[in-house]
Amino acid sequence: MLNTHLRTLILSSIAVTSLSLPVLANTSPSEKGAEIAKEWDARDKGFGDSSANLEMVLENRHGEKSTRVLRIKTLEMPDSNVGDKSLTIFSKPRDIKGTAFLSFAQILEPDDQWLYLPALKRVKKISSKNKSGPFVGSEFSYEDLSAQELKKYNYKWLNDEACGELQCSVLEQTPAYENSGYTKMIVWYDTAEYRQQKIDYYDRKGALLKTLKFTEYRQYLSKFWRAHNMYMVNHQTGKKTRLVYSDYAFQTGLKGSDLTKRKLSKVR
Amino acid sequence: MPRLLRSAMVGAALIINAVPATFNTALADMNLDFSGFIAGDTRIFTESPALSGQNNAHLNPSTVVQLEWNFEWNEGADRIDFIPFARIDPQDNSRTHADIRELNYLHLGDDWDLTIGIDKVFWGVTESRHLVDIINQTDGVEDTDGEDKLGQPMINLGLQSDYGDFIFFAMPYFRERTFPGTDGRLRSPFVVDTDRTYYESDLEEFHPDLAFRYAVVAGDWDIGLAHFYGTSREARFIPEVTGGGKTVLAPQYDIINQSSIDVQATYDEWLWKLESIYRQGHGDDFVAVSGGLEYTFFGAIGDNGDLGVIAEFHYDGRDSTAPATIFDNDLFLGFRATLNDEADTTFLAGVIWDTKTQAQSYTMEATKRINDNLTFEAELRVFSNQPATDPLYSARDDDHLQVRIAYYF
Repeated sequence: MLNTHLRTLILSSIAVTSLSLPVLANTSPSEKGAEIAKEWDARDKGFGDSSANLEMVLENRHGEKSTRVLRIKTLEMPDSNVGDKSLTIFSKPRDIKGTAFLSFAQILEPDDQWLYLPALKRVKKISSKNKSGPFVGSEFSYEDLSAQELKKYNYKWLNDEACGELQCSVLEQTPAYENSGYTKMIVWYDTAEYRQQKIDYYDRKGALLKTLKFTEYRQYLSKFWRAHNMYMVNHQTGKKTRLVYSDYAFQTGLKGSDLTKRKLSKVR
Repeated sequence: MPRLLRSAMVGAALIINAVPATFNTALADMNLDFSGFIAGDTRIFTESPALSGQNNAHLNPSTVVQLEWNFEWNEGADRIDFIPFARIDPQDNSRTHADIRELNYLHLGDDWDLTIGIDKVFWGVTESRHLVDIINQTDGVEDTDGEDKLGQPMINLGLQSDYGDFIFFAMPYFRERTFPGTDGRLRSPFVVDTDRTYYESDLEEFHPDLAFRYAVVAGDWDIGLAHFYGTSREARFIPEVTGGGKTVLAPQYDIINQSSIDVQATYDEWLWKLESIYRQGHGDDFVAVSGGLEYTFFGAIGDNGDLGVIAEFHYDGRDSTAPATIFDNDLFLGFRATLNDEADTTFLAGVIWDTKTQAQSYTMEATKRINDNLTFEAELRVFSNQPATDPLYSARDDDHLQVRIAYYF
């Protein structure tokens, strides 16, 4: 009796498994990866605009530190074929105080970028082909800091595994745009909130170049998660850069007319 | 009547309540930032001066101070900037000078902005000559590259639209160019006497100068069209003999009309640049053109450093009655190295080469941050093969290296 019952249970669980298995079998790793990335992207949709202060601490292999302080304003572009707009204004070190970047992110094309030099009060359109170049001497390249858009990568699910106290889906992402410094990125997304927890970057020769860890996630407007601490280690040079975000504000009323070449020449 | 009174009292109470609230919000939002730098400059001249009266010292130390106050409120939509500047040069009284680089009130609206006061404005795209840049007067004692500017009083209105930016300038007061004194190096053979300035306009420096600029970003193209009407920032020079029998140059500022275009096309590693002016009021009407390209080899230096190659040509059709220029038929060839390191190390080196006279003017600039407050800058200027007709002939023995240590706060 008990045996029959057990057998039914086993059979029914097999039935359940066999029911779900065809679905899994039909979902290729790249489809599953794309699904996870889509969920990550969807969960950040509708933030509108944000502004934050950022302290960037650069550390060389001798442990010597230097600090940059900047403010970033971001305007979400609802169209998924158009990247977000952002304005970055430096306040430290003091010799580059007032230097500002205006960036219109593109998906596969190079971003449109203008640089404002306060000493000459000159705005320069600059080439953004150099996606892999370091941002102000840090371990973050332009492509690391540029808007993370869904369609910039091809995705492949590798496995699920524990990541600290959380469970993570591990994805391999290959840049779909040209001139990336990376052949691939391995990205850990937690399965609870689809937040990026860790990224391993592989250079053009396929060797592990950098690891980025995201910590101190906080949620805004009961929806949008932002890491307040991002720590990048370059395994090949031993150099490190820590980003510490503060004073995050969302839906501040930022408009497209605030992020223009004309307004760039008036920032402080 | 009592009802009206009551309404009035309620209204007054509302206003009394509302005003402090607005005022408090504005107060809470006010932000004052103070910054600036102090720098020690040393010019090292390799040769003795060519002109009589010039200071014979090979070392020319001087001190520069620039302070900056930014006071903003209303979430940054309203701002007052104040940037005073001063240089003390113990060897040249005329180079010891102070200027208000900026003192203005700025309002940023949604699609418009308004600046009232002293400000600095840059137009243009090329690197070796700033042909279309005309709003501010050059601070001629600072450097030979013409990139240091005097503060210009103005009312500046900018209107943004889907079709581009429409920018209007009214400039009620003209700033005279600064020139080195008798003791100074890098000057004309006769000293420019700014107490003998002439103006074409009877209103002299109070002639109202006007300018308009249309700027648009069209895909990979950044385009600017402009017109300036008013007192030329460049002077003609009239030799005069002083009571003491000394020959000096009196600057004469004419009224000009200048139309200009500046274009940059940005394609991957290529920057294509063009500037051109058409000027009336300096002898025969003339056209001048500067153009060229910059190509960057990204990551060519070490892992992260970029190497840029710059080639520009200059043509200027002005006749001999117009203010002289060195850029009549010249080529600029140079390179820029940006190391993208923690110290923001940069080099820019090049030569302006007159294709007719073979005169060459070499320039090298290097900058590096020493720590979060200190920077190091070096500038090398070498003049070679200038014929006696060249405006730089009188500077032929003024090759120099300038070294600057600046403390920023």
